[in-house]
Amino acid sequence: MKSSAIAPARRSSGSFGDIVFEWLCRGAGVFVLLLLGGIIVTLFIGGLPAFRQFGLDFLTSTRWDPVEGREQFGGAVAIVGTVMSSILAIILAVPVAFGIAFFLTELAPPWLRRPMGTAIELLAAVPSIIFGMWGLFVLVPFIQRNIQLPFGDALGTLPLVGFLFQSTNFAGTSIFAASLVLAIMILPFIAATMRDVFEQVPPVYKESAYGLGATRWEVMGGVVIPYTRISVVGGIMLGLGRALGETMAVTFVIGNANRIATSFFDPTTTIASVIAMEFPESLAGGLQQSSLFALGFLLFLISFIVLASSRYLLRPRLKG
Amino acid sequence: MSATTDLHAIAMRPRDESARRARGRRRHLVDQAVRLFCLIATAIGVFFLASILVTLIWRGAPAIDLTVFITDFRPTTYGEPDAEKGGLLHAILGSFVQAGMGVAVGTPIGILVGTYLSEYARQTALGNAVRFVSDVLLSAPSILVGLFIYQLVVLPMGGFSGIAGGLALSIIVIPVVVRTTEDMLTLIPNTLREAVVALGAPKWKMITLVAYRAALSGMVTGILLAFARIAGETAPLLLTSFGNNVVTWDMSKAMASLPVTIYQQANSGFPDLIQIAWAGALMITTGVLLVNIIARTLLRKRI
Amino acid sequence: MNRRSLLALSAALPMLPSTGFAQSATITGAGATFPRPLYERWAQAVREQLGIALNYQSIGSGGGINQITARTVDFGATDAPLSTAQLTERRLMQFPSVLGSVVLSANLPGVADNALRLTPEIIVEIFMGRVARWNDPRLVEMNRDIRLPNLPVSPCYRADGSGTTWVFTTYLSRVSEAWRTGPGAGTAISWPAGNGARGNEGVSNIIRNTPGAIGYIENAYAVVNRMTTTQIRNKSGRFLAPEMPAFLAAAAAADWTVPNFAADTIDLADPAAWPITSPTYILLPTDPPADKVAASRNTMRFFDWAFRNGGDMARRLEYIALPSVAHDMIRAAWARQVRDPSGAAVWTGSAA
Repeated sequence: MKSSAIAPARRSSGSFGDIVFEWLCRGAGVFVLLLLGGIIVTLFIGGLPAFRQFGLDFLTSTRWDPVEGREQFGGAVAIVGTVMSSILAIILAVPVAFGIAFFLTELAPPWLRRPMGTAIELLAAVPSIIFGMWGLFVLVPFIQRNIQLPFGDALGTLPLVGFLFQSTNFAGTSIFAASLVLAIMILPFIAATMRDVFEQVPPVYKESAYGLGATRWEVMGGVVIPYTRISVVGGIMLGLGRALGETMAVTFVIGNANRIATSFFDPTTTIASVIAMEFPESLAGGLQQSSLFALGFLLFLISFIVLASSRYLLRPRLKG
Repeated sequence: MSATTDLHAIAMRPRDESARRARGRRRHLVDQAVRLFCLIATAIGVFFLASILVTLIWRGAPAIDLTVFITDFRPTTYGEPDAEKGGLLHAILGSFVQAGMGVAVGTPIGILVGTYLSEYARQTALGNAVRFVSDVLLSAPSILVGLFIYQLVVLPMGGFSGIAGGLALSIIVIPVVVRTTEDMLTLIPNTLREAVVALGAPKWKMITLVAYRAALSGMVTGILLAFARIAGETAPLLLTSFGNNVVTWDMSKAMASLPVTIYQQANSGFPDLIQIAWAGALMITTGVLLVNIIARTLLRKRI
Repeated sequence: MNRRSLLALSAALPMLPSTGFAQSATITGAGATFPRPLYERWAQAVREQLGIALNYQSIGSGGGINQITARTVDFGATDAPLSTAQLTERRLMQFPSVLGSVVLSANLPGVADNALRLTPEIIVEIFMGRVARWNDPRLVEMNRDIRLPNLPVSPCYRADGSGTTWVFTTYLSRVSEAWRTGPGAGTAISWPAGNGARGNEGVSNIIRNTPGAIGYIENAYAVVNRMTTTQIRNKSGRFLAPEMPAFLAAAAAADWTVPNFAADTIDLADPAAWPITSPTYILLPTDPPADKVAASRNTMRFFDWAFRNGGDMARRLEYIALPSVAHDMIRAAWARQVRDPSGAAVWTGSAA
């Protein structure tokens, strides 16, 4: 490396390299933009025949009939199933994630924090097909034998909410099983995000509260959460974004029925499951394959909106 | 801030002795209840991890022996007691090859983009857009990546291929490497950069010879994490490289991979093949968890 | 890793485990999942006996049709036969390789294997969701000698596109006009009731874990996993248990002289025939280009060997071999329909 500690850097020796390298990096950045654009465009073009054939009905029709000669595809069941299972997963995961984050930042003795934190993070690393197999062979029979069969009928007679537990399906594979598996899968993401933002609260705020005699919970609820609530919501939306697109784990346990679930124990389907199940059999260029692309495009749209919102909420804030 | 007013209210309460004590007890009880809840919540999280690992070991360990690692696919031994037992060699090799390609293609691009974001575009509009897009790709449904590569590569090539699988995986690798590269590079203090440039080095040499070296362990961690992530991906490979019963290095043809093979064999209906599928599941999970632990240890050592 | 070690590694690659087929001929096929275990068993034997290696991708009948139409594989496999028009348009010929049966399996505590009797009409009602409980009077009526439990009826079906679904729904459409105009027949349909599952394993899991569940599965699978199956009344009015004699009777009673071997084996009138049996088909190009002639011939040699020597293997895996008269007709069709660019027949007999 030519250098001279006294003379100013000579631009000519490296400026060509600088220009090339900078354009290389910028080109890579633009490439990433084009990649996303390419995915969106490909999904849209693939789904165009279906959109043209069914129009807006594609969003509202619940009929999914691949039988030759009378094909008709409507994505309503898959769309509703995707959104419902993800929201249920969030409802199940958020309290537990909060509990974990609180535990890891405030309550756990220092020697326990690292291993416990690692254990939770490892849950995030488990591949989704493993969750699917575990869900099918362990969780589903558990739900069926220990929850649905003993308590299903009794729960079904509850006033007002009884209908949520009434179902003719006693197989265990249901929207509840899928939401539970999803909740376990997104738990570490939400917990990690919450823990990270909790740790960013300036200690002086917490210490002043403790100084006034507040309990740990009061510090949490009165200081930390209000301070971080926007980022917490961002973390929740990140979890939601992941839940929306989960394929293998959900496919194994959701029951794969093209009907909108009116009860926790009803089977239904999600966009990702339908694509995974029916894509291999679909004829290239056919209406069914196009409908699957159309569903993929809609899934991307929904995920994109959720992930974009999450990122907006999670952006670094000016402390003040 | 509402927090301080709440605390102010707490501090300024009437000095009635018994009322204060009752309130104190209640606050204490609430605090204990919440602590218990958090303990239970964490226990739940750890419990599920334990349940998954126990299931994998219980179901998969019986099938783990040398055969499973060195034999490629054999049809079920049902009805043919003397037949050779099958293994997962084809899937293991296929996974390595495709994940290797994914990392080989995705890492350079990811590093360049991460460099761009950290060194050239920390606050610019284009930089923010790229950062945003990279984050979206990070969490995007992987089955859609499979659909994309199917249209772009599988259809024109006329069939499934290891190349298509590798490309699908590289798309998943890119945002992971971008994130870790950018994070690691921004951690480097500017004083280091200034010192190098003051000595007369052009910017690109500063980045490649000094900054990369300083951030090396962090970047390697990112690559390891990306590798672990794609080793377990099923959905994109289902639509791009599908599977192959034969051990092959030919990436222009369909190729086996561990997750897809597990999926197929678990579905086969023959108990001996299902047993092998569980063994494969145990293998993948062990590998992925080990890589994660190693990567995180490296990361912590650095900081 | 520095450049030197990278070079060393790439030099070592050819010495790493190889396919072992470098010296032998390889043919590729894709399609139906139903016959996959048998093709894999045959492939093993043919690799040893003839040196021909088969790489079969079970991507489903639809995928098989896609790939052979695009000529990216040497043969396609489909459970549902193609029509003459479709075959002509894609320049393919079609022949059956083996037969399989679809059976019903039910989880009824206290009811023994093959004890439950079902008529076609009640089966349709069950899968339409119109039978609520197992002790429904209609079921009790035809099963007076067994005690049916008061459990909810939970039908289950294959949610992934599959040839098994095609066979079963074709049967239902055949025996019920309401089903034919309603849900219809196909590799995937819109099921009016019940739970869907992925693959044989998924369906059998539901059945095993759910008292009161009933589903349709391939016979091979039911036998391997010792599932409780049911009797079905066939067209002639007899209740039959799903056993090999009934399947063989269906295979023998079918008319193999129909065009494209699309023999109807569903709901036959023969008194001993199982009503839900179906061949699975192979699709072969009728006009292989010069560089594909060898692969075409090897494919035919593969199946020729399987026809002559693979019957026992098929039976041990619970598949049903075609009657030998059908084998002869198939060989004649090969000679007649598959021509190389010069017009000569590609198939020149077993000895070749």
